[in-house]
Amino acid sequence: MSKLKHEIIETNAGWLLVATMLAISVGGLVEITPLFMIDDTMEKVDGVRPYTPLEQRGRDIYIREGCYTCHSQMVRPFRDEQLRYGHYSLAAESKYDHPFQWGSKRTGPDLARVGGKYSNEWHVQHLIKPKSVVPESVMPNYPWLLTTPLDISDVGDRLRALRATGVPYSANAEEYRRNAERFGEDVARQLHIPDAQRNLVAQAQAGNFDGDRSSVTEMDALVAYLQVLGTMVDFRQYKPEDLVKYR
Amino acid sequence: MANETARTPVQTTGHVWDGDLQEYNNPLPVWWIYAFYVTIAFAVIYWIIYPSWPVGSGFLKGVGSISYVNQQGEEESWHWNTRAKLLRETQAAAALQRPYYDKIASLPYDQITKDPELSSFVLSAGKAIFSDNCAPCHQAGGQGVIGHFPNLTDDDWLYGGTFEKISESIHKGRRGYMPPFGEALEAGQIDALANYVLSLSGLKADAEKAARGRELFHSHAAACYYCHGDDAKGRQDIGAPNLTDKVWLWADVPGAADDAGRLAAVRRVIAGGLDRGVMPAWEGRLSEEQIKLLTVYVHELGGGK
Repeated sequence: MSKLKHEIIETNAGWLLVATMLAISVGGLVEITPLFMIDDTMEKVDGVRPYTPLEQRGRDIYIREGCYTCHSQMVRPFRDEQLRYGHYSLAAESKYDHPFQWGSKRTGPDLARVGGKYSNEWHVQHLIKPKSVVPESVMPNYPWLLTTPLDISDVGDRLRALRATGVPYSANAEEYRRNAERFGEDVARQLHIPDAQRNLVAQAQAGNFDGDRSSVTEMDALVAYLQVLGTMVDFRQYKPEDLVKYR
Repeated sequence: MANETARTPVQTTGHVWDGDLQEYNNPLPVWWIYAFYVTIAFAVIYWIIYPSWPVGSGFLKGVGSISYVNQQGEEESWHWNTRAKLLRETQAAAALQRPYYDKIASLPYDQITKDPELSSFVLSAGKAIFSDNCAPCHQAGGQGVIGHFPNLTDDDWLYGGTFEKISESIHKGRRGYMPPFGEALEAGQIDALANYVLSLSGLKADAEKAARGRELFHSHAAACYYCHGDDAKGRQDIGAPNLTDKVWLWADVPGAADDAGRLAAVRRVIAGGLDRGVMPAWEGRLSEEQIKLLTVYVHELGGGK
């Protein structure tokens, strides 16, 4: 009886573990590492900036409420998607997203380009009771967003956490100066962590996202976030054939 | 039975459980092995044609390519990728629609629906564009939602129902605004105004209060006439609605259960004002031709002037 070739691995738990990990990591290495090495992964486009404190809090609520379980945020480069949602998503557009919300499950529509498509009024009404504006919708009601005041006490810490992952929020004058050079003064002011609370309230009041200026609610934050999705890059500046060449 | 096993010796793994249990070590079926080799060959062919292995700061582009037309109108090609494929498919589809859109662009609005073939193109393409972009607010049939979004199928227009005005609304969007009178006026005055507004549409109202409301309407204190006009028929240049036509948008009068509910609905609008009548601008999001097509589609929903 000849010795089986794989008997050593099959009868030795240690070897089996090592070999299994090696086999699995090949997939990961081949698919993920090149993205960090290949020069053209990130398209060179203008306009992408980190979220303002209000938008970022809206994003936190988006994640808290599990919106990502039904909504993706990536328009794939197919004609049917382009017709319905708009320009396909670029890698550069989610470079400040932690965690990214690309997703692959769509019970509801993709939201990568929902910003500016509907009025604030529509978003508020739709979040309170989706069926009142989209009769065939299966989305649940989120009425508490309009009545729950937004907790802004820890917004600075939240931005600091993102800064630790590499998102360019500024914590000091030097970083602020660099942001001003990179994004312009208006954006740089919004990204300054020491002013986060003040900026948040000011944006909510000026934008009046939930239709009530008297208080800052979770609805303000979520609608502010939805209204900025996919609006940062002005695609009229770029030729379609140039974006093709990043792939 | 024991003899049978002995006659056809099959290799076992060599381990015996419970004294008599053994495990055969049969070879894999031949068809399976060859299918496996075929998948490997397929992968190699795939690597040759399509972009595949990362190499340094780039990757193998593959020999396949896709051609498309660049903005200078020149034919250009690039190694196979989904973005290039999309660009090519978009251009091919646009070429099929080109004759229709060229006609739409060149014809005046009122001639577009005269051509039966073009008319059916407008109806089907318009329905798709409307469903994707307009229906969430104005609803699938354009009937709107009372209290939130205007009905597009009736002949009551906030900003005008001519082709030109509809096109302007789609291009630039709209922003409806009415100041709140809750602090400027007393509760009794607002109640009087609400009675007057209901009476304008022939609904049940307290005659004495309505008369007082009528006076207020035209007074400097409330100055309603300034936007809604002396005859209360509205002003389309600023989007002030006609109050005399029994068509309700902001005050949910048709949805109220009784006279008191109807009064309360109107009072709420007068006291609270409006700061949410926003329609987004579609310039940039939709192409010029799509907007023109959509203008005709909305005009044909029933209420176009």
